[in-house]
Amino acid sequence: MSTAQATAPAFDSQGKLGNEERVEEAMHGFVREFGVTAALHMESCVRCGMCAEACHFYLATGEAKYTPVYKLEPFRKAYKREMGPFAPIYRLLNLASKVTIEELENWQELIYDSCTMCGRCTMVCPMGIDIAELVKEARHGMFRAGLIPERLALMDRTAKAWSSPATPAEDLPDIVEEIAEEHGVEIPCDLEKADYLVTVAPAELGDHTKALADAAKIMNKLGLSWTMHQEGFDASNIGFIDGDTDLQERLTRNIIDTAIKIGAHTVILPECGHAYGAARWEAARWYGHQLPVRIIHMTEFLAEVIGRGDLKVKPIGETGTFHDPCQMVRRGGLEAAPRIVMKALGIDLHELKDTGNLGFCCGGGGGVVSNQRATPLRYKVFEMKMRQVDDTGAKRFITSCGQCRITLDMGAKHFNWDKRPESLLEMVADNLAD
Amino acid sequence: MDLLDFARGPAIEFSLAVFVLGTIWRLAAVLLLPRRGDLSKAREGAPSRVSGAMGTVFRRMWPNKAFIHRTIFTTLNSYVFHLGLAIVVFGFVPHIQFIHGLFGVSWPGLPTNFIYGVGVITLVSLFAALARRLFHPVGRLLSGVSDYISWFMTAAPVLTGLLATSHLGARYETLLAIHILSVAAFFIWFPFGKLMHAFLFVFSRGATGARFSHRGVNV
Repeated sequence: MSTAQATAPAFDSQGKLGNEERVEEAMHGFVREFGVTAALHMESCVRCGMCAEACHFYLATGEAKYTPVYKLEPFRKAYKREMGPFAPIYRLLNLASKVTIEELENWQELIYDSCTMCGRCTMVCPMGIDIAELVKEARHGMFRAGLIPERLALMDRTAKAWSSPATPAEDLPDIVEEIAEEHGVEIPCDLEKADYLVTVAPAELGDHTKALADAAKIMNKLGLSWTMHQEGFDASNIGFIDGDTDLQERLTRNIIDTAIKIGAHTVILPECGHAYGAARWEAARWYGHQLPVRIIHMTEFLAEVIGRGDLKVKPIGETGTFHDPCQMVRRGGLEAAPRIVMKALGIDLHELKDTGNLGFCCGGGGGVVSNQRATPLRYKVFEMKMRQVDDTGAKRFITSCGQCRITLDMGAKHFNWDKRPESLLEMVADNLAD
Repeated sequence: MDLLDFARGPAIEFSLAVFVLGTIWRLAAVLLLPRRGDLSKAREGAPSRVSGAMGTVFRRMWPNKAFIHRTIFTTLNSYVFHLGLAIVVFGFVPHIQFIHGLFGVSWPGLPTNFIYGVGVITLVSLFAALARRLFHPVGRLLSGVSDYISWFMTAAPVLTGLLATSHLGARYETLLAIHILSVAAFFIWFPFGKLMHAFLFVFSRGATGARFSHRGVNV
């Protein structure tokens, strides 16, 4: 597919709102929770364009429209006219025109297809503007306006019905039982009391069942009291990604409330970046106070139990390189944890050229992996990652996010690449010392 | 009242009033918005929010090495005209005398020839910034009328100051009046456009620094 075809404006719409109502809802959704930080960031941009130099979509295509701050243009316009310090003057003198429905429709591609909310642009901005967070706020508006990619809307509707975009909650016990049988491991489900509530991302009940089985294998080996629970099992949180804040709250509450109900002191999140962003850093806002349970990423958990000597692993003794999941590392602070685990595994780590907080996104975050029409663009981004991995000369390609793994796996298949991304969790489980 | 008296008197006084009140208004309108506190538990060992904020304010003085080769022109050129402006504004003896007249404080000035040279370099640097805005696809896409006004309001005092110092193009008194009027225009525009980043950058960087240091990330 040509670049022109790959990046042609495209939009979907949901619901039956009129055009004016959609614009109004978009703006209302955008400013609804606007606080001092978002306003400071809207005010501070000097339009230097340095953010483009950090964005994988711009670097992969060279198209100026992928400049991160440009993706916020309708919302910047609306902020200036409706909410900024001089908004009355702008309105009185008509110095800032109203946002139109056409602008919002055209911007859907920029806000959803070509932004993974990875936050690499945040790292380069000389004003320190957190553009990724503003894109997330813009998505709140787009969702309310019924202007999100249909694939994400479908997942949203499914999650509303099932509490997961892929699995009906009531089916969880049966699915878990099948996975347990298939992999020969015990997976407790719906226990009334447990110390740890283990959660999953959708793929772990589908393509990545080994990851769930391996999590179970490790929890069982540690002799911990743990369970999965149908009332709170899917941590991927599509609401966090598509802009549906009501659903985000509901899915968050499912997990935290379940943990509290069963007396768990810790919720273990799966190898999923966005789950970490939604639960670790945003969950408390729905409760209005610090959470009574600890939220911990699977990789963080592994680093802790290995670090304490509770879990022993056999050294692999091979070269490897690591893809840092953005929400977990750059936006989550877990740069050290996977490296502690890899060191314990005896991985001779060959870092990517851009690594840690500055690593490139897999290209599929923020729902882009599920957004079919973004596939050609995603592959362009994947090529950058593929080159960096090849340049390391490492044998193993490791990551600790299931969504990144799916994205990278799709890219690898498309380009007939001789490498496949591997799960750090699975690597640990495969190399447990007796 | 001639043009110079007008420029030195009512024009500069009015412009300073707009500058002060407009700046306070814009800062207050943003900083007094509701604060959505982060209720999540901080990463173990995370620095305080103030320390995290200050860290980012200073770290963003220079791009990370991962970005430097792609941003070197903008970075260096920005340093040249920002430092140039600071040297010209605060190092030129007549400017110091003007500030002394306003606030009663003064400091030793720099040689006029040196200031003149810095002024020329600053102006060239500003034109380079304008060229990038006009000809680089990203700069062109992002730039609006407000950005070009901000550029003009910054470049005009430098140009008129150089002309006044060189006595080029008109009587000195006329050139000086035009220079002071261009400075007045700068002050009037300051709170409305992106020149406000001179104050906002601290808050903007600091907010991001506080957000991410809480999570254990050095941004």
